[in-house]
Amino acid sequence: MKAHLRKLVSRREFSLLLVLVAVGAIVQWQNPAFLTMGQIDSILRNYSFMIMLATGMLMVLLLGGIDISVGSTLALSGMASALLMRDGIITSGLTAYLFSVAVGAVCGLLVGLVIAKGKVLPIIASLGFMYVFRGMTFFISDNQWVGTRFLVPEYLDFSRGSTLGISNLVWIVLAVYILVFIVLRWTKLGRQIYAVGSNPEAALVSGIRIDRIKLIVYTFNGALAGLAGAMFVGSFASAMNNSAMGMELDIIAACVIGGVSLGGGQGSVPGVLLGGLLIAVLARSLSLMGIDQFWQQALLGSVILLAVISNVIMTRHAARRSLERREI
Amino acid sequence: MSEVRPKRILDATPPGDLKTRVMRWEFLLLALLLGVIVLGVNLHHNFLAPNHLFNGISVFLVRGLIALSMAYCLLLGEIDLSVGAIVVLAATLLGVVFNATGSALLGLLTALAVGLLCGALNGLILVKFRELPAMIVTLGTMILFRGLSERILGPANIGGMREVTWFANLYHGRLGPVPYFVIFFFVLAGIFWFVMHKTTFGRHMFAIGANRTAAEYAGINVGKTRLIVFSISGLICGISAVFFSSWVGSVRSDVGLGYEIEAIAMCVLGGMSTAGGKGTLPGVLIAVFIIGLLRYALSLVNVNPETVRIILGALLITVVTMQNVRRFVRKKTAPAN
Repeated sequence: MKAHLRKLVSRREFSLLLVLVAVGAIVQWQNPAFLTMGQIDSILRNYSFMIMLATGMLMVLLLGGIDISVGSTLALSGMASALLMRDGIITSGLTAYLFSVAVGAVCGLLVGLVIAKGKVLPIIASLGFMYVFRGMTFFISDNQWVGTRFLVPEYLDFSRGSTLGISNLVWIVLAVYILVFIVLRWTKLGRQIYAVGSNPEAALVSGIRIDRIKLIVYTFNGALAGLAGAMFVGSFASAMNNSAMGMELDIIAACVIGGVSLGGGQGSVPGVLLGGLLIAVLARSLSLMGIDQFWQQALLGSVILLAVISNVIMTRHAARRSLERREI
Repeated sequence: MSEVRPKRILDATPPGDLKTRVMRWEFLLLALLLGVIVLGVNLHHNFLAPNHLFNGISVFLVRGLIALSMAYCLLLGEIDLSVGAIVVLAATLLGVVFNATGSALLGLLTALAVGLLCGALNGLILVKFRELPAMIVTLGTMILFRGLSERILGPANIGGMREVTWFANLYHGRLGPVPYFVIFFFVLAGIFWFVMHKTTFGRHMFAIGANRTAAEYAGINVGKTRLIVFSISGLICGISAVFFSSWVGSVRSDVGLGYEIEAIAMCVLGGMSTAGGKGTLPGVLIAVFIIGLLRYALSLVNVNPETVRIILGALLITVVTMQNVRRFVRKKTAPAN
């Protein structure tokens, strides 16, 4: 059964990869400027926040939860550290990043507490916090933006610079992916996350402290949103209070396309990466191929529907085939 | 989602107990509503002036309409995230048809048809691919529908609907001090209450929400019920789009942003469980007015919308946590059976 499941999952990632390659080939054929180092780096940099946050969302979804407050957390933590830079309290780039991560972690912890201890359904709790964090972003910034000249130069240089020809932001995303991949695959915590998501009752009976795991995962997700907040402000060189509005939808879409089940217990890091990349490449390819950019959202919606529907058809097919084989 | 579901049947309480429990929640809501009204009167002397009051009520009832059909979705244990997107698509096509033909009636019918079709599309996908949770499907259609109206409108807006007097009167017309729209809302809410609490269809919805497999074995056509509920949801969005167009008189592609979230918040505050099978329509109705009147009161004293957002979010979290703590305490103190 386990081998069978693994085969199914691997097949899904394989087909995603095929789709990604096909899309890339079509775009490349239409516009040879696509597959250049600069273009790829620019795509990765522009979508680094979304692709990175998809790993946090993956862990949350694996638990059977959901967190739609990440966009607001991103805006709040980015704004908070930008305001402190403006007021001269934060003077180094590293402090700005750390502070933003800390704010995000606190936000995530709050969401986790309400979900784990208050027993509120994740969608409702994070919905409430989405309002609260976004409101607080406007509140603390007094409806103003923080412009480039108020930000620490060292911070801006790091966020917009590159190492070995690849943007620093992309390096950060890569590090996060490796970390989450290791945690989910080779650590006790990772196994426990899968266990809680696939069968909460069995996990509880087997002695897993579900509440603690929920707190850890939501706090980590918040901290990632905080990190993304610092990256966002740095790369756009200004802190806006409407940053990342609706980004949670793109993030969830990346997970869903990557084969993560909203019911919990199913999903993998490579799948999510491919899902995120597919969204990023599709969005960029429209402009490269000279297609009206207003098609972008409609296309994304169709891709999500196609992905989940084809998944159902494939699963049904596999189930029927295994049944047929058993009769023989 | 993370709640352990199979225990639900063991949880079932005798009807008398359930009734007192539900009544008590609605009682709390009524107290909260009263609190909001007292707050409003204290904040601004014009709070209860009929003209202002009915203006304020009409504004939030455009969203309140959607809470009615969202209650049905939640009752089934489903969720419809595409409502805001259906509103904007229906309003967009209403504008397009109106501008092309000059007939507001044709526009109105288009909006209703578009709403119904979009809802039916959600329903059909859910029936054909029954393994899929509604949250994913409606997330996809939400992005799709909103994307379509973005494609049609671009950054522009379509307007002029309000120049047709009868169409503008749908929202702005009044019978004495009471807008037609408010009367229409209460009639519709009455129908929704009747269907949910007094008909076989309503019992079916409760049964499916409480335990879908059991409902299926009991001979309830789950697919048909899902299809109908999601079609109703779409149709209500079409109606909401009509009233929106009549109110504002123009449509832009960012219309209806966050409607789904507000409708869900109203339902949850009203005591609907997002896990399905629990809740009452009067509760939702009271919650619509709590959120709406709170918004109206705060807008009278020029509290900025961002602060309102903080207050609404905090209110939602507090109330739902309270609801759970109450349930928890009761379970702890109840004698083991």
